[in-house]
Order: sequence, then C-alpha cells, then structure tokens
Amino acid sequence: MTNKLRSVGVLSALALALTACGGAKVGEAEKPADGGKECGTFNLAVNPWVGYEANAAVVAYVATKDLGCTVTKKNLKEEISWQGFGTGEVDAVLENWGHEDLKKKYVEQQKVAVVVGPSGNKGVIGWYLPPWLAAEKPELKDWNNLNKFASLFKTSESGGKGQLLDGDPSFVTNDEALVKNLRLDYKVVYAGSETALIQAFRDAEKNKKPVIGYFYEPQWFFNELKLVKVDLPAYKTGCDADPAKVACDYPAYDLDKIVSKKFADSGSPAYDLVKNFSWTNDDQNVVAKYIAEDKMTPDAAAEKWVNENRSKVDAWLGK
Amino acid sequence: MASITGSIELIVRKPRKVVLVGGLLVVWLALWFVLRGVHTLTLGGQDTTPFHRWLTEQAGVVGSGNAISDGIRVVVDQLVVLLQSLIAQPSYGRPVPVVGWLGVVALSAFLAWAFGNWKVALLTAAGLTFIGLQGLWQESMDTLSLTIAAVVLALLAGIPLGIWAGLSDRFFKVATLVLDLMQTLPTFVYLAPLTLFFAIGPAAATIATLIYAAPPVVRLTAHAIRSVPAESVEAARSLGSTRGQTLAKVLLPMSRSTVVVGINQTIMAALSMVTVAALIDAPGLGQTVLKALQTLDVGVAFNAGLAIVVLAIVLDRVTTAAGDRPWRVASLRRKILLGAGALGVLVAIWFSRTYLWAAEFPTDVNLGSRIAVAAADVTAWVQDVFGGFTYGVRDAVTFGVLNPLQALLTESPWWLVTAAVVALAMVLGGWRAALPATACLLLLVGTGVWHDAMVTLASTLLATVVVVAVGIVLGVWTGRNQRVDNWVRPVLDAGQTMPPFVYLVPFLALFGTSRFTAIAAAVVFAVPVTTKIVADGIRAVPVATVEAANSVGSSTWQVISKVQLPVARRAITLAVNQGLIYVLSMVVVGGLVGAGALGYDVAAGFAQSELYGKGLAAGLAIVLLGVMLDRITQAAARRTRKFRGTVRGDNLW
Repeated sequence: MTNKLRSVGVLSALALALTACGGAKVGEAEKPADGGKECGTFNLAVNPWVGYEANAAVVAYVATKDLGCTVTKKNLKEEISWQGFGTGEVDAVLENWGHEDLKKKYVEQQKVAVVVGPSGNKGVIGWYLPPWLAAEKPELKDWNNLNKFASLFKTSESGGKGQLLDGDPSFVTNDEALVKNLRLDYKVVYAGSETALIQAFRDAEKNKKPVIGYFYEPQWFFNELKLVKVDLPAYKTGCDADPAKVACDYPAYDLDKIVSKKFADSGSPAYDLVKNFSWTNDDQNVVAKYIAEDKMTPDAAAEKWVNENRSKVDAWLGK
Repeated sequence: MASITGSIELIVRKPRKVVLVGGLLVVWLALWFVLRGVHTLTLGGQDTTPFHRWLTEQAGVVGSGNAISDGIRVVVDQLVVLLQSLIAQPSYGRPVPVVGWLGVVALSAFLAWAFGNWKVALLTAAGLTFIGLQGLWQESMDTLSLTIAAVVLALLAGIPLGIWAGLSDRFFKVATLVLDLMQTLPTFVYLAPLTLFFAIGPAAATIATLIYAAPPVVRLTAHAIRSVPAESVEAARSLGSTRGQTLAKVLLPMSRSTVVVGINQTIMAALSMVTVAALIDAPGLGQTVLKALQTLDVGVAFNAGLAIVVLAIVLDRVTTAAGDRPWRVASLRRKILLGAGALGVLVAIWFSRTYLWAAEFPTDVNLGSRIAVAAADVTAWVQDVFGGFTYGVRDAVTFGVLNPLQALLTESPWWLVTAAVVALAMVLGGWRAALPATACLLLLVGTGVWHDAMVTLASTLLATVVVVAVGIVLGVWTGRNQRVDNWVRPVLDAGQTMPPFVYLVPFLALFGTSRFTAIAAAVVFAVPVTTKIVADGIRAVPVATVEAANSVGSSTWQVISKVQLPVARRAITLAVNQGLIYVLSMVVVGGLVGAGALGYDVAAGFAQSELYGKGLAAGLAIVLLGVMLDRITQAAARRTRKFRGTVRGDNLW
C-alpha cells in the first residue's frame, strides 16, 4: 500500500512538473468561425469508391473555399444516399451509375430528387484480363475464343467450368445472362466486393495466374494495372432491353448527378456548383491517384488539383 | 450434421445412435446418387420469386416520420452527441472537445482503478496513450462514444431481461427465440430498414449496434442465474428469504462473474459492429477501416483495427477486474486515496480544457504510419512465403470435404434433404429436435432461396466443426491454466474485435475469392467466444470435485474427460451454440469475399433496391438455419443427459 502511495506521489509530482511548462492555451489564436451565411450547410453523400471520393473531395473543397459552405460529408452506399434525399440528410450525389430503378422511385414517384445532368465522366463496364495474360494470349480479347480457353480459368469455385469473376452486389451486371446467351462454358462467381475483385487481378498479374472478371472505368486501379478489355458483341441501342436475353456488350454510361428537390429549390450557391460541375475521366483518375496511391487526404488532393486547374473550377463557379 | 454428431460423441458414446446416424447417411448417399439434380430449387443470382417481389414492395410502405421512431432517434442521438462533445468532437463553440486527451486518460485510469485495481488502471492509461500515438485519437473517441451509448442502453435493457429469463421458464423460451433472431439476423439485413426508421447517422448506428450486442448479456445473465445450485436457493428460502431477497443476496452475487462475462461479450460485440455500422455513416474508426479498404491499404486498415482491439482489451480487462472485485465497503485509506485520485483527475481535466498540448493529442510521434508500413510488410511477406501452400490447403479442403458435402446438400431433391435432416434430428434429439427442424426446413423452401441456403449450410457446418474443435481444446487449456489464459486472452479479444474487413484482404491474397476464405474468416471470428465460454465453464467446476478426482490418482486426461468436461457440459452446449451463431453472423461478410450464396444475397439486398426482398428472404433463411441447428444441438445435448441418467434439478437446456 505504501508503494502505491509513493507511486501516486511520484505521478502527481510529474504532473506538477508538466504544469510548469504550460503551453499554448485553447482558444488563444481562435478567430470567430466563418459562418458562410450565404451557403450554410451542404450535405454531400460520399459513395464508397475512390473515383467518387475524388469528385466529392474537389466539390467539397471548392464549396468550402470559394463559397464558404459548411460541407458535411456522409459516407454512404448508393441506395442509402438516395433514401437521404427524402429525409433531408443528403443534398447531392455526384456520380450515379445509371440507377434507373432508384430514379423511378425517388425522382418520378416520390419526387424528392432531381437529376441535374452529367458529371462528364464516362462509365465503361465489361470483362477484363490482367495485362500479362492479354499479352501472352491476345486471342482472348475476342469473346469468340473464350470457350477454347475455358479450362484455363477453372478454380475450386467454378464447378469444372471456367470462372468469370463478378464484383460487388451493387454493381450493374448482365453477366449471368451473357454467359448463357453467348453459350459460354463459364460460371459466374461473385467475388462480392470491389476489394476482392482488385485483389484477384493484382494477384493474377503478380503470380501470372489466369483470371477473367468484371471491371469498370474510371477506376483508380488503372493507375496501377492497365487491365485489358475483352470485346463482347457490340452494343446496339435496345439490345439490353430484355435482361434475360442480353447478348451484347454493356453500353457506355454517362454518369450523372442527382440532388434532393429541397436542395435544388434552396437557391444555395452549392447547388449551382453541383449543377455546373463537370470533368473528364482523366481528371478524376488524377485526383483518385493522389488519394489512393500517394495517400494524400482528400482535401489535400483536391487542393492540389484545383490549384493546377483553376480555369475549370472558375467555369463551374460561373466566373 | 457432422458437427452435431462430433460434439455429442465427445460427451457420450452410444453405439446404437452412431449406427443409426451412419445408416441414415448411407441411405441418403444412395438416394442422392440416383436422384441428384432433380427438385433442387436453384435460383439465379439476379432472379427473384413472387414472394421476394412482394417483400420489395413492402419496403416502401414502412418508413420514418412516426412519433415513436422519431422520439427514439432524438433521444439516442442526443446521448451519442453528448458523449461525442464530451470526449471526441469540437463542441460548445470550442475548437476541441470538453475533455481533452489528458483528461480522458486520467479519468479512465481513475475509474479503472476505483472499480478494478491499479494494474488495469495502468493498462488503461497505456492503452489510451498508445491509441493517441497511433494518430487515431479523435476517431477512437468517436467509436468509444458510440460504443458506450450502445452498451449502456444494452445493459439497461439486457440485465433485467436476463434476470427475468433466469427466473421464468416460459419467458426464457420466448427470449431464446428472439435472441437467436437478433444474433443470427445478419446486420446487413436490418441496417437498411433501420435507416428508414431512424435516418442515417449515429442514432441508427447505435441502435444497430445495440440490437447486435445486447443478446450475450441477456443470455449469460439468464445462464448464470440458472446455474446457481438449487441447494443454495433452497437454503435461502428455508431461512425465510423473500423472492427479492433471494435474488439480491443469493442469485445475483453468485452469478456475478458470469454476468460480467456477458457484459464483456456485449462490449466485444458492440466493438465488432463498429465497421459494419460505418456503412450508415457511424463516426469513428470504422470509417478509417472502410476507406482504407477501398484502396486495399492493409496497413492503414490494420492500424485502425488495432486501435479497436486496444480499446476492446482495455474495456475487457477493466470489466473483468471490476467483476472479480468483491463487493465490500472501502477502507478509510482507500477512501483517502480515491479522493486524492479524484483531485488529480480534476486537475488533469482542467489542463486538458486549458492547454492545447493536453487537449489535442500531439502529432509529432507518428506511430500509426510506422505500424501501417510494418503491417503491410508482414502481410506481403506472409503472402509471398505461404501463397502457394495456402492455395493447396484451400483446394484440398474444398475438393476433399466442402464440395462433396455441398453436393450432397444442394443436388439432393429438397424433399430428400428435408427428410434426411428431420430423421437425423429425430435420432439425435427426438421430437424436440425433429419438429423445429421440419418447420425450419419447410419455411426455408418458402423463402425461395433453398439452394443458396444449402450452399451456406455446407460452409457453416464445416466452419462450426473447426470452431468447436479448436474452441474446446483452447477453452480447456485456458480454463485449467491461468498463465496460458493471460497470454491467449488478448489474442482472443483481437480475433473477436479486429474488424473482419481488416483480415479479409490478406485472406483474399492467401486463399483467393472462395468459400474457403469465408470459412477461415468465420473461424477467426467464432473461436474466441467458444473458447471463452468453455474456459469459464471449466473454471466453474468446483475445486473440490477436481481434487477428489486427483486424489484417486486420475491422470490429467481422465480429469478433463471424466470430470471437467461433463460437469461443464452446460457451458459447452452454450459454447457450441454461440460458436454456431457467430459463424452464421459472419456469413454475410463471407459473401463479400466470394462465398456467394445467402451472404451475397443479403449484401445484394442491402445494395440494390430491386433485390431488397430477396435479401430479406435470405436474411430470414440464415435465421432459420440458425434456429434449426440450435434446436437440434440443444435437444441432442438434453437427450445425451437423459441417456447418462444424470439427475440435476433443472429442465432448462
């Protein structure tokens, strides 16, 4: 017990010694917070992929620095973000991948959301090969040859057929129908997440394993590995009208922006920023690279890009 | 079914039953050979049934905006925000929280000392400082706020319910059903509907955590009350104690250590929900983990995961120490010491409110990035060295065990599987197992995801066998040896609270996207709880009993197999049961790494509105599997006891 007492004594002496040092006081250099009266709070949904995060980083940065908004980023999956339009918890979604079902529900039926045009990013979906495989067997780039090499893609999960690796359940996919309608000797195996998909491709390239799987652009991973797209039968308007009979490639998606009705009517300068915001896949990939590979914070990445592309930003701001 | 027969055999060898089970399996195999491929009820990944579409339509009907859910949301929100402004977020017009890091460390250490002992106080201070050095102070405090809110609410509701379930047989039966539902229903299933009721953010996240974390404390409280020897209760009664007195003076004190295990498990479960709750914007470490995952940054994810583990270990040790501390009035000296300590805490809090260095954790020591780099390096090394070997293991297990088992379950006609499982249940557990099994299997057919359920069942059975085997061995070892327990416990805590998302990336690299990866993840997650409950049961075996066995010259093996395991039988049944449920609760995470089946369906329902109904049905299917397996194991365990002719004054398990 005396030992304990002594240690308490030593500790308090130490604490006292520390007090003598003092230091900067809380609130000393504090200037009154900039209220940003015009803009107020801007609730921005951040969907879980790095490309989207790049969009959000830049829009949030510009909204904060140029418009004085208080930006609240909400990290949410797509579906959940759309729910937020109705409850007022989310003002804007910056990169929508053709969620027609959600548009029907929230824009047409509930009328709580508004489509405000393309983000300028072009979405590409398809089947991809790791670079080494495409280099070694270039004929794989034509879907007609896929059956010839089906045994190459066998795994413990594919039940004797070739394995076609699919991704996250939220991704738009026709792959099961495609395999059936193109009479491919493959089985669609769901990796279940983007993480699993990327890890599979990374591993395939490193250890020279054959893999074929669903992937998409724009995507930060292309900075690390230039995956090669397989040519499926070309897309023609309407060829994917019946989900069960699809036998053609995916269309090119114009990714667009959705905001809540309330936000659109609010007259907030942040709304105009979201409306005018538009950039290319390359722009997005640059910022995504800053975040994903150079490990910059989204804010720092946005700052760097904005400083290098002031003219584009000014155009969004109507300057 | 291997798991069930396996665990039963361990307790009693009844040749006739084994023969019966073997015969049944042979008949099943023969019929499978003839009938495989018919009536398998397969459903494509994107396909739905009318039932699923009906469920999807119902999704829009319920929703937020009613007074009750708004009221609950506001209260819970206020609680979380209050805790956050106290320790985590800039608040009340100040650029820092009310209590800065120094104040939090001092206060936590003081509380640990006051309720536990000086060792855990030191551990608390060290643990929290370490988290600060990791560069994750604010995130950790956000997580802690959310966890405290959820655990406090869980205990407020859970302990009284647990006591009730301990005293009333009828309520116990109802409660068990509801708890099974709460624990096996994948969090992904109710995460999306919860946001409909409670909007996005801390309130919904807290409630999701609460739902997931409350069952252990209810179960273990009930278990503890029921384990109090009937003689003690009768003694109290005969001395004229009222029900209330018996509860307060006999039942509660005697069950305290087990209740603390329950509180423990609730805290662990709450912390393990942190990453999942981040999907609906729960603040804190979960966000860091999910963000890191997007770029497959194992190092950063590990760093944040480690912070969760450190929090868990601190909370675990403090609650355990508090549980071990006998209830008695403090001595005068202790009172003086406590007073002095409280004064020191106040000084520290004042500092943390006044000076920046004590309010915001200094950032010059960036331990976090170094941990991240080291973790990434170790992972890369493990992958390089073991990469080929692990693929071999995976293929051996998959082709040797998993695929045949899955083929038997998925390719048999549904009615054959149903008949076979019901017959097995009948042999193992009698009507009490066969009736629920029949109901569950028929309902499974009704969910429309029969085929996926059978795929999941195969993986679940394999994972559970491994979990039970490892859990019993580890549990007996740690239960018999305190020193081993001291070493193994942190590892167990880590396994339980390290977010599965963190080790999924390395596991993906080691095993690829496959069902095996999911099984491995489930084993890591479920072994700790099984081990802890078995160890607790072994420790609860009266010393006199063990010594009696020793004195007649029993070998260690005899003591374990003839005395400790049989006496701890009830704890082991509970351990098997919890292991099973933890495995099932990991099924969804398995769906994210290539296990497909029900896990994928649930995740898809969460992510895609047109699959909402199918996801819900799949969640239901997981629960049905859980209830079915649970009923069969419980009834089989009860059956076993009857064969042994053991007479104990209870009719509970």
